[in-house]
Amino acid sequence: MSTDIYGLMARFETAERLVEATHAMRDAGYVRMDAYAPFPVEGLSGALGFRRNAVPAIMLGGGVLGGAGAYFMQVYAMAYDYPLDIGGRPLHSWPAFIPITFELTVLSATLLGLLGMLALNGLPRLHHPVFSAAGFDRASIDGFFLCIERSDEKFSPTETRARLEDLGAVNIEEVPLE
Amino acid sequence: MNEKSPHPVRQWRSLEERAATPEFREWLEREFPPLASEWHDGLSRRSFLKMMGASFALAGLGACTRQPREKIVPYVSQPERVIPGRPLTFATAMPLGGNAHGLLVESHEGRPTKIEGNPAHPATLGASDVFLQASVLDLYDPARSKAPTHRGEIAPWPAFQQAMLEQTQRDPTGAGLRILTGRTTSSTLIDQIDTLRQRMPGLRWHHFEPLDASTIERGPSDPVHDLSVAEVIVAVDADPFGEGPARLVNIRQWANRRSRMDRSRPRLYVAEPAPTITGARADFRRILRGSAVAGLLRQLQEGRADDEWSRHLLADLERHQGSCLFIAGRSPADEVRALTDMLNARYGRSAGKKPAQSGSPDSLAELAAAMRAGEVQTLLVLGTNPVATAPSDLMFGEALGRVGFSAHLGLMADATAQACQWHLPEAHYLESWSDCLAFDGTPSLVQPLIEPLYGGWTAHELLALLTGTINSSSHKIVRAFWRKTAGVTDFEEFWRRSLASGVVDFRFNDAAEETTRREPQSSRAGELEINFRMDPALYDGRFGNNGWLRELAAPLTKVCWGNVVQISPATAARLGLSTGDMVTLERAGRSVDGPVFIQPGHADEAVTVTLGHGHPAGGSNAGYGFDAYPLRTTDALWTGFVSLRRSKGKQEIVTTQHHQTMDGREFVRVVNSADEKPDTEPPQKEETLYHPDEFLQGDLQWGMAIDLNACVGCNACIIACQAENNIPVVGPGQVAMGREMAWIRLDRYFEGTESAPEIHFQPVPCMHCENAPCELVCPVGATLHDSEGLNVQIYNRCIGTRYCSNNCPYKVRRFNFLEYNGDVSSSERLQKNPDVTVRVRGVMEKCTYCVQRISAARIEVKKEFRAIRDGEVIPACAQACPAEAITFGNVADPQSRVSRKKRSPLNYGLLAELNTRPRTTYLAKVRIE
Amino acid sequence: MKTERENNDNPLGYPTELVTADTTYRSASEQVADISLSWKPHPRAWYIGFAISFCLLMLLFLAVTWLFIRGVGIWGVQIPVAWGFAIVNFVWWVGIGHAGTFISAFLLLMSQQWRNSINRFTEAMTLFAVACAGLFPLLHLGRPQVFYWLFPYPDTMGLWPQFRSPLVWDVFAVSTYLIVSLVFWYVGLIPDLATVRDLAKPLWKRRLYGVLALGWRNSARHWQRHQTLYLILGGLATPLVVSVHSVVSFDFSVAIVPGWHSTIFPPYFVAGAILSGFAMVLNIVIPIRKFYGLENMITSKHLNAMGCVMLVVALIVGYGYVVETLMAWYSGDEFEIFMILDRMTGHYSWIYWLVILCNVIVPQALWSRQVRLTPWKLFIVAAFANLGMWLERVVIVIQSLSKDFMTSSWQNYTPTFWDWATLFGTLGLFFTLLFLFIRFVPIISISEIRELVHERSHEH
Repeated sequence: MSTDIYGLMARFETAERLVEATHAMRDAGYVRMDAYAPFPVEGLSGALGFRRNAVPAIMLGGGVLGGAGAYFMQVYAMAYDYPLDIGGRPLHSWPAFIPITFELTVLSATLLGLLGMLALNGLPRLHHPVFSAAGFDRASIDGFFLCIERSDEKFSPTETRARLEDLGAVNIEEVPLE
Repeated sequence: MNEKSPHPVRQWRSLEERAATPEFREWLEREFPPLASEWHDGLSRRSFLKMMGASFALAGLGACTRQPREKIVPYVSQPERVIPGRPLTFATAMPLGGNAHGLLVESHEGRPTKIEGNPAHPATLGASDVFLQASVLDLYDPARSKAPTHRGEIAPWPAFQQAMLEQTQRDPTGAGLRILTGRTTSSTLIDQIDTLRQRMPGLRWHHFEPLDASTIERGPSDPVHDLSVAEVIVAVDADPFGEGPARLVNIRQWANRRSRMDRSRPRLYVAEPAPTITGARADFRRILRGSAVAGLLRQLQEGRADDEWSRHLLADLERHQGSCLFIAGRSPADEVRALTDMLNARYGRSAGKKPAQSGSPDSLAELAAAMRAGEVQTLLVLGTNPVATAPSDLMFGEALGRVGFSAHLGLMADATAQACQWHLPEAHYLESWSDCLAFDGTPSLVQPLIEPLYGGWTAHELLALLTGTINSSSHKIVRAFWRKTAGVTDFEEFWRRSLASGVVDFRFNDAAEETTRREPQSSRAGELEINFRMDPALYDGRFGNNGWLRELAAPLTKVCWGNVVQISPATAARLGLSTGDMVTLERAGRSVDGPVFIQPGHADEAVTVTLGHGHPAGGSNAGYGFDAYPLRTTDALWTGFVSLRRSKGKQEIVTTQHHQTMDGREFVRVVNSADEKPDTEPPQKEETLYHPDEFLQGDLQWGMAIDLNACVGCNACIIACQAENNIPVVGPGQVAMGREMAWIRLDRYFEGTESAPEIHFQPVPCMHCENAPCELVCPVGATLHDSEGLNVQIYNRCIGTRYCSNNCPYKVRRFNFLEYNGDVSSSERLQKNPDVTVRVRGVMEKCTYCVQRISAARIEVKKEFRAIRDGEVIPACAQACPAEAITFGNVADPQSRVSRKKRSPLNYGLLAELNTRPRTTYLAKVRIE
Repeated sequence: MKTERENNDNPLGYPTELVTADTTYRSASEQVADISLSWKPHPRAWYIGFAISFCLLMLLFLAVTWLFIRGVGIWGVQIPVAWGFAIVNFVWWVGIGHAGTFISAFLLLMSQQWRNSINRFTEAMTLFAVACAGLFPLLHLGRPQVFYWLFPYPDTMGLWPQFRSPLVWDVFAVSTYLIVSLVFWYVGLIPDLATVRDLAKPLWKRRLYGVLALGWRNSARHWQRHQTLYLILGGLATPLVVSVHSVVSFDFSVAIVPGWHSTIFPPYFVAGAILSGFAMVLNIVIPIRKFYGLENMITSKHLNAMGCVMLVVALIVGYGYVVETLMAWYSGDEFEIFMILDRMTGHYSWIYWLVILCNVIVPQALWSRQVRLTPWKLFIVAAFANLGMWLERVVIVIQSLSKDFMTSSWQNYTPTFWDWATLFGTLGLFFTLLFLFIRFVPIISISEIRELVHERSHEH
């Protein structure tokens, strides 16, 4: 039993069993763990105690920023920076400025949303210890995994493994650190 | 089709490849001497220009920015030297049809670039027409002859001088020597000929002008009339606005009295076979076959009226006893002249005067007879092209074969040049010293603005050779003549004044004219009447290689790059013809193929063709259209009879206007003189919720008023604009696609019945709308308003979305779909106006109100710390307009002429209901009942 | 065809199944991933199709090269018809793009699960269509080399684009649309790239797809954020897709040209866009599901649903035509009235009536379930709609311009060889990209299929 492992990776048969197991482990006081499933499983992240999701806020911020920026860019350009007599139209012809304002709102919300999602997920990240867990590639096909990390203070190789087996893990692998 | 040409270098090669093809060689052998072979080859005009370009760079260009050796005098003030960037203006005169048209020519660093009428000259009064305007382009025409040729091979001048001298020694009395000139009023030339006559009594002088019957067979030339006094003007098969040495004066006199400025409106009656611009502006137009002229006049003379028109006319004649004027043009029958004189005597104030003519040369017919009889050993043809343009029954070309020694002096290697043994490059009038008389006898000096580009000779120099003087300069000759004639003490001062003012303060007494009787033709069964007419763009064909005029749409047909067989709708229906069908016209054993064009308002059972298309001019543009001269005979110079046969195929007719009516949209507004509002009534104020004048507050606001009562649709404005604004020629292929570049176009609308429509002209430049739709949609702000209300186009900001054109309700914007200026030959580049950008491919352009002239004026007034005076800025179109229909100026100044015009109740804006607030407005036409 | 018959057993007689019973997590994953992974020969149709598209693509390169050498004069454009095929094609392609976004975004919001197996594919289609569309505004410029003047950038002369011009709106709308579609597509793609990565055998492929998957490891937290983003993007893309074609329609309705200057344009353009979009989806999906045997994932329920959507939008488009005519008459504006009459009776009337036939009359066949459920019939109806929508733009752009205010300037438009070359060239570009996509990218959202499988396992 070497100490330099990342954690224990338990595979469950179905999404339901994974969710139950996750709940159980959490009730048992485990905190530093993560669950892996080939599709978004309902309630799974909840079971992990994942609550606040910053993505919507970021996108809202982006939208507001982009929209305001766009409108003021147009007013500044047309009415203050380089005012011109264009077909006798008013310098500040606001109706004409709406379309671009809208487009840029959507654009910056989107881009910030994407960046936000990746940043919060710590992506792109080309390598992660869990990948070295044997059979983990099923996580993207038909495997449902729960990984208890060694850094969790309740973690104990034997006891944790036993607990996972009780919860019906079909297979438990050690995740080497490297 | 004139498609754009590939790279010039390729062209050079491909030409040689071309020459290798059998049909090309066959074609060389068939017709032309090696040198002339380029003229008609299948290459487009442009590619041809490109090819020649290179050779000019070597040949002429070094010379052509040099000032002439002789002292020439600027019109207004004589600067110490040419100030770079500052154009000089010189007075000269253009001989056309033998009579002088006084000009002021703008010269940039020694390059003549723009031609205006000379206000001091009686024939132009400061106005000009398409021929005068476009003649500057001929100067730079790369197709001009550049060296003397002997039987098609280049020969040095001395060789010709040698040959000529030998020839004269062989025949010292000049028994077999004939000189053929165009109709000329050059006193110097005639004096030279007289001197020659004394040396060689046998010498005979003939003259020939295709459009002047009196030069073909001795006869009276058409008189010129004074329209300024007549209350009723009756033109029977005559076109006083479009033809004759006094056309500009006629237009001015008539138009000034028709515009609102003067309430006494002369009434214009016209009877004619095919609509002319005069007919289009007639208050009462009657369709009359060319062969029925005498009949109508006789009937009027006898006071019989069998139709509405005549009845109305007779009544009018009675009412205006003594102030009526009859003009009967063309018709060779002396009866017609007699009747006209009688009618003028009864109703009129004065019969017309004969146009100035000096000397009494023999006619072309006599020359042809003499040539056929073998009496002619030596023939000098000076600046005319009889082989192509003489009546075909004279068989001039054939007769020329019997002449021992023939030499031709001309701008182009035309048909005559090819038929003569010698062809000598002639100096363009802008390169020559000479003189000539205005229609009223006022002499003018022709002074050169530039050295002969290709070392051409003037007729004076050639005649001097006969007297044995080699290499004499026409400058010396002309001065010598005037020194002895003028009889003034201080000749230098006289000379300087004459050059400076453009008119010579001197009078000759007119020579008398002898006449011979001629009878009008009568028709045979199943034949149509055919009318031969001057071409409104090519004159008699001498401008056949002029790109501007080739691309100029004829005022009535709106056809360019070719001519058509005009025929009335009814006759076309009877013969089952539609526009574009090819027909064969056959007459006196000669036949010509041309496309039919159904012309509303044309006489039934008659066709009309214009002369001068096809090949007469020579040059690379000459191929377009068909040559009608072969059908023209001495007994049918203007009207004859032909058999019309439908031939195979259809031809796409290149036109700039596809739809001929207004469809009830009031572009041209017409008011009946009865319900005309008085000038005193203030124009109704337009209401708007917007703040229209948010920007245009300045006290200098440009605007234009176009008086449709004055405009006669002569096209002068179009060519003037083209010359001033460096507008490229795009060729028939592009025009057919709808890509002509004219900044000001002349719309022609028919109203009423097809058989006898009312005809309207409307010049359409940019409207410079205050709420310009084009500006709103430009994504880069390349078109916008300046503080003086100009709708300006910034070429180097334009990215070519063409959205502005889509959104322009007037469709006055023009786009450089291809690199139209890339192909201009290096010699034609010399004509470009340095004050106007030459536009590149992919940018939009349009009328600028001649902004370059505005800024020039702005600079002037800044120097003098004053405001721009009314009339100080005149756009090219307004300056050229003989009718003074276009008024330009400051609309913010209530006293300016344009403001006064715009105050007229007749003033209206085109499509004003779109709230574009156009700065260019029109004065509605007043219809006289 | 077997699946269709099975599916019709339920009382309503409408197919309900989105995935067939025999589909499992692994089978679904492998079936889809294999298309992009395995080197086993693809259906002959793929090779033939790719070859043809590639030739057309080369034609496009030829046409564009010649265009840059000679200028837009090689097309039939002139005054008054200064906009020709370039703009027609632009509008057409943008429209086609719309179905993709509509299906993936709008139906996502409506939680229409039947979208799941086609959205990936239609999103890709959107991208490629918009790419084709994006070419034209640049190509049709007189001076394409300075296209960037359309964007606000620090210009040495201190100049800005003229923001009142609909063309500038276009630039922003289309580029936003392209970027957002790309993001939307890629975000959805990440988990599937991970699947392919994990199914791939050779190391280099694992690496390649690994990099593309950005190291996705199916963590529940990641899924959470991923799903939120995806949903909100859907929420943004839906109004965006409406805005884009509205803006495109402004190019016309903001101008004063009779036949353009009309308030019905935005909705009627959007409807038209969706019609042509769905038509294009069907024209592509029907062959593909056949050649790649994907009937079990793209079932006849999908076809049926898309048929219904087409029918609805076709009716809206028809309404657009009616309103256009009515408004012209009601406006009493002589120019508008003339324009409509000329459409129906003038030089271009045959195109107008062809448009009515393709976009309004033929789609009525979709009332019949039997047509909606027979792939080849559906295919034909869709083909008609595609043609019809292109012709509709011809009528709008060319016929309107050829006869506007000044009768003296009226002239008809004749396309040149290069006009056609550019049109077919972009078809080449579109299909080339599409075939490559089919070959190398999971054309069906595997993770979402797995979701469906998961849900089905609960139904039973």
